[in-house]
Amino acid sequence: MFGIIKERFHQKYRTLDFPAKEPFLPGRFKGRPEIKAINCANCHICQDLCPTEAIQHIDGHPAIDLGRCTFCGACAQCCPQKAIAFGRNYHVASADRKALLVKAGDSAAFPTPQALTKPLFRRSLKLRQVSCGGCAACEADTNVLGTLLYDLGRFGIDFVASPRHADGILVTGPVTKNMAPALFDTYRAVPDPRIVIAVGSCAISGGLFATSSQCLGGIPEEIPVDLFVPGCPPNPWSILAGLLELQKNR
Amino acid sequence: MTDTTFAYHQAIALADLPVYEAEAFAEKLGSCLAQGLRLLCLTALAREAEKTSLLAVFTNDATQKLTAFCAKPLTSLPSLADSYPSVQLFERELFEDYGVKFPGHPWLKPVRQTPDNTPQRYPFFRTDGREVHEVAVGPVHAGIIEPGHFRFQCFGENVLNLEIALGYQHRGLEQCLLQAKPSARLPLLECAAGDTSIGHALAHAVLMERLTGLTVSDRSWHLRRLALELERLANHIGDLGAIAGDTGFLPTSSWNGRIRGDVLTMTAILTGNRFGRGHIAVGGVHNDLDAELCADLIHRLDFARRDALGSVKVMLTSESVLDRLRTTGTVSLKDAKALGLVGVCAKAAGVVCDARLTAPLRPGQNFIPAKCETGDVLARVLVREEEMRASFAMVEDDLCALEEGSPEERGYAPSPILPTGMLAVAQVEGFRGEIVHLAVTNEHSGFQVYKVIDPSFHNWQGLAMALRDNQISDFPLCNKSFNLSYCGYDL
Repeated sequence: MFGIIKERFHQKYRTLDFPAKEPFLPGRFKGRPEIKAINCANCHICQDLCPTEAIQHIDGHPAIDLGRCTFCGACAQCCPQKAIAFGRNYHVASADRKALLVKAGDSAAFPTPQALTKPLFRRSLKLRQVSCGGCAACEADTNVLGTLLYDLGRFGIDFVASPRHADGILVTGPVTKNMAPALFDTYRAVPDPRIVIAVGSCAISGGLFATSSQCLGGIPEEIPVDLFVPGCPPNPWSILAGLLELQKNR
Repeated sequence: MTDTTFAYHQAIALADLPVYEAEAFAEKLGSCLAQGLRLLCLTALAREAEKTSLLAVFTNDATQKLTAFCAKPLTSLPSLADSYPSVQLFERELFEDYGVKFPGHPWLKPVRQTPDNTPQRYPFFRTDGREVHEVAVGPVHAGIIEPGHFRFQCFGENVLNLEIALGYQHRGLEQCLLQAKPSARLPLLECAAGDTSIGHALAHAVLMERLTGLTVSDRSWHLRRLALELERLANHIGDLGAIAGDTGFLPTSSWNGRIRGDVLTMTAILTGNRFGRGHIAVGGVHNDLDAELCADLIHRLDFARRDALGSVKVMLTSESVLDRLRTTGTVSLKDAKALGLVGVCAKAAGVVCDARLTAPLRPGQNFIPAKCETGDVLARVLVREEEMRASFAMVEDDLCALEEGSPEERGYAPSPILPTGMLAVAQVEGFRGEIVHLAVTNEHSGFQVYKVIDPSFHNWQGLAMALRDNQISDFPLCNKSFNLSYCGYDL
């Protein structure tokens, strides 16, 4: 008993006063990419190397679709003109799928969810998590929001054990054929109005498994998504920042 | 025909392997298993006109030699599963993917077709009788966790049988690998089981190096082992916390959740990603550390070690925790060996196994694996605690060695050209146990076969065995003590 109390003092209070204070991000953290408007000519090395076909060339400059990007950094490493750099901005969640296409010179904040300013969810947001072929990384970085540093509960956000108790679902993974029926069942079991959050490039676009015959290439159209959080996996702070956008709790 | 044996780190030409007719192949499999060799992989080589040719690779852990041989195209093979249960999943996989029949298999059902999403519905095992009841759980679970279906046959509170039906996570990863461009292979394998990104990426890199003869610098090896052991630390610390949580012992549960995050932050300082994605490269690594970063990491390591050891000590000196863990979910040494279990749950049952001992990535390392005898949840906790201590020491060694040296130039190297018709195997001890990657190359510098065997492939059977004659309320605790990967099994 005394041992536990002594250890409790040692372990200290560790919750970060987010969003008032900025979180620690390591020097090599790869956040939202910044692209310079350079002349690529015929050099498409980045496009050839990209594991998820996330890069296209628009008006002669590279553009990255964050909905497909795994933030592996191969493009930034291989570019002979150093036109691509992954910045430190961890606010990468967007309400608009199209806005995730980052073009040269883009730096404006991504659109925040309008429909979700519904006061209904502002103080209490209960989510059901559905993993549909996720590799456990997106799941782990969502789960970690419940630990001391993040303490998700203080924002009124919780993950619940039944879709009937939920205001929405948070989906991870490229949606395998084998999980599609369970995803639809869970979605339909959540009472209206309900929201859908896609966490990770797999859920948004299929990611690395976009062309797999065993996957649907992300959340199917029949399930409209309200918030996209790109990454492979997204940093927990990116997910938390996205969830707070949803609540307009900032 | 004579046996073809070769050192575990050698690549060998497929054409040099003996090829047997079906009957002789089955006999050969049986004699290898009877000699105590461990089956690393039984897989299809090619399929032509409804017939499938097979490849088997065994390891002799004592001599560190592999034995490999092939079967001529066949449609049916006498099953060995009844005598040697460690073969049964490989047989079911070949049955599901290639339609190979295995007469004599006790229960030839698919591995990854889910029971409710397939034209060929298959029945679950059922126990009949008064007061026997059935409990079905999943695929979607109550927490934030991957999907799977569990079917319990219960007599009162006691579990008579647990059947685990997986496949919900099946993404077709091995198929994707065969088609993927070279630059997508490592990212795909980093997602084989997301919490083992380093383990699977390292297995792929080692396999590519064995196929091409690429060498890796000493410094890169330090940077690889550093990442691998950090991965083990983060997961073991998280698992110990999760076990504390399911025991109802909240202090260690909440502290370890945070300390796990501190270790992931160390991985992110090294690699930019909390799971170490993009760190491992074929022929080396992508990230190096200067003296300043090394010092920062050593400083963080000291704090994490003090916090983790203190947190786990509090749990392991609580008599109520120990009482809950003792004799719960026991797997016997005999069962562990018969099922071919690997990693934490095998070591907890007294099996001496660890790829760091039986297939070291660098020669000259004298590794002593953790070991317990009792095979219960407590044994799995103690194995994790011991491995955690060992990993802290290895991480410190690597960081000190890196601090003394100086960073190397690291560029973006194109994927190496692969030789044709070669077979190689890589064994890497991930935090769950031995990861096996096996490849046979084709004439286009790609793969004819690429098999990924996560430790979870073997170990889910262990969880089912652990539950026998335990209470159904012991399931969450047993499940946490195994902490197996769903997508690693389903791929």
